[in-house]
Amino acid sequence: MNRREFLQVLAAASAAGMALDSPRALAAQGGEALYDLPRFGNVHLLHFTDCHAQLLPIHFREPSVNIGVGGATGKAPHLVGEHLLKAFGIAPRSLEAHAFTYLDFEQAARTYGTVGGFAHLTTLVKRLRASRPGALLLDGGDTWQGSATALWSKGQDMVDACRLLGVDMMAPHWEFTLGHERVKEIVEGDFKGRIEFLAQNVKTTDFNDPVFAPYALREMNGVSVAVIGQAFPYTPVANPRYMVPDWTFGIQEEEMQKVVDEVRAKGARVVVVLSHNGMDVDLKLASRVRGIDAILGGHTHDGVPQPVVVANPGGRTLVTNAGSNGKFLGVLDFDVREGRITDFRYRLLPVFSNLLPPDAAMAALVDKWRAPHLPKLGEKLAVTEAMLYRRGNFNGSWDQLILDAIMDVKGADIAFSPGFRWGTTLLPGQAITFEHLMDQTAITYPYATLTEMSGEQIKTILEDVGDNLFNPDPYYQQGGDMVRVGGMTYACDPAARIGHRIQDMRLNGKLMEADRKYKVAGWAPVAEGAQGEPIWEVVARWLRDRRTVSARRLNNPRLIGIQGNPGMA
Amino acid sequence: MDTMRRQLLKGAGATGALAAALAAGLLKPTQVLASEWNRTAFEAKESPAVLKALGASGSSDSKDLQLKAPEIAENGAVVPVEVISNIPNTISIAVLVDKNPFPLSAAFDFANGAVPEISVRLKLGQTSVVKAVAKTADGKFYTAQKEVKVTVGGCGG
Repeated sequence: MNRREFLQVLAAASAAGMALDSPRALAAQGGEALYDLPRFGNVHLLHFTDCHAQLLPIHFREPSVNIGVGGATGKAPHLVGEHLLKAFGIAPRSLEAHAFTYLDFEQAARTYGTVGGFAHLTTLVKRLRASRPGALLLDGGDTWQGSATALWSKGQDMVDACRLLGVDMMAPHWEFTLGHERVKEIVEGDFKGRIEFLAQNVKTTDFNDPVFAPYALREMNGVSVAVIGQAFPYTPVANPRYMVPDWTFGIQEEEMQKVVDEVRAKGARVVVVLSHNGMDVDLKLASRVRGIDAILGGHTHDGVPQPVVVANPGGRTLVTNAGSNGKFLGVLDFDVREGRITDFRYRLLPVFSNLLPPDAAMAALVDKWRAPHLPKLGEKLAVTEAMLYRRGNFNGSWDQLILDAIMDVKGADIAFSPGFRWGTTLLPGQAITFEHLMDQTAITYPYATLTEMSGEQIKTILEDVGDNLFNPDPYYQQGGDMVRVGGMTYACDPAARIGHRIQDMRLNGKLMEADRKYKVAGWAPVAEGAQGEPIWEVVARWLRDRRTVSARRLNNPRLIGIQGNPGMA
Repeated sequence: MDTMRRQLLKGAGATGALAAALAAGLLKPTQVLASEWNRTAFEAKESPAVLKALGASGSSDSKDLQLKAPEIAENGAVVPVEVISNIPNTISIAVLVDKNPFPLSAAFDFANGAVPEISVRLKLGQTSVVKAVAKTADGKFYTAQKEVKVTVGGCGG
């Protein structure tokens, strides 16, 4: 029996509901050898990003829709499914095919088991550190938000976990939604002397003074290495402004060039940017700023197996993106000789929980933070009959569930749910616990709202968010997905200009009117003073009333002009 | 962060600072401003009309005129815009917001070799192209422009 046949047997067994021997399936794929990465060179960077406070192993389905427009069409990261496998030479149905794509997700997830989990990640980090003396562990941010315990402890569980994990440096985004005072408290308290919190593009609004250290310099195996931090440039736009009232952000390309020149002048032989720009923005930045060897990126949650090499007037820059939810650890090795990088190796390692025994100290820390909340976290709200996932440009079954619930409870014609890219995946037949619901909704501005909006206002919002996603110039993109829409239908032409992308808006089959008012439910308002019941309470009530949730009918827009786009399944 | 400077300025108060600036001759009294005020340019409702009133119609973009502005405004009511002219003998810089009801937002004259750099905070009613127009001593005009997006926000990440 060859490997493929073996997997087919497994798949059949899975479909028949038989218990699967996950370790055997993993062994057939080479097992732990996946993590036997021989040391290369003398500068080593370990990178994870966008874990969204997922301390436990989870499932995370990669998108089947991640459309690139303009110059990004058909290029990484805008490749999904088989297009991605082909571009990176990954064998179909393999362990890595499961890690990097949505293909056969349910079967593969049952076969290979969960991914991530801080206890398992710790084991992997320790193993790589043992073979790579001096290696730096870099956290790309979106670490203090995304779970019930992170919300309730104001990020403290993640701060403690990152200290124990041995993070050396981090760059921020969602961290700011804990409010500027809490961020300062952690950076000047828990992190002081342990973890460098880096952001060259955060300044005070009054005098443009830096708020955080822009970079850190470290000597590694005789080589001077600079790490420059880049926070998410549109934090005060995409998230509530009132949470960071005195700070200004932005891409700050010219400032970035100055910082690169400064660290080079100080003797840095390797310069990397730990970035929360999002991959499209990083690709453009890499083409314009000189002197960066690598941008280790996040924000857009793209699991990209190999770096994109970008040419610029100063040479070449590697651009990576390391996925989300604790699913991956990036390993970048540089060989530096006589002050010059001669070669590199990169791997984006999927963290398969069944291949990496949990680290005992980290497991104990995770348990400590969860223990007081176990009864609440473990409440079974309902059982899902279909897979629940979030990621995708236009909709996900988790989002559809939230839309259906909020329209039902609020008596709305239409509902909006933000295009967040975090949120874990549940398999058919799994119980939806309160903790799972919090994985989709745990934010500090969770208010559910009901508003009257004119057809014109609704169009403006859809156009606006569509432009944040599909503007052909990445510097004008914000890196989230399209707002999820319930109740009404529409068509979308991603390649069109703002004002022309959204067409054929209909409610109950009838064209919507610009002047007419519609009842619109939503959540996560960014305006100051917004109020409402937390979204998780609304959805939890709706789920408890049902006990079983049938497959949701996904409300996706009719897409125009994207036939054959490799960012589309 | 320079906390001392911030507290000093807060203590001085806005009125005090303005009075000090006037006393030091950094700002001109209103009567003088009124005589030099290009009423036609400031009251024009379309950018081409502003350019015409400034005498800058048909001017071309120059790489030596730098316009710094955010791609996406954090707050449309106060968008920081900086203009630096590296063009020799620059004697004035004007800033326009194409989509504003009155596009001409500010105009500065530089006398006696003053460094032609300005920094302003502009209100943008909606997404718009922001333009800088520099004039040189020999009467030539140069422009630079950038689109600044004003968005409803939310839904990111």
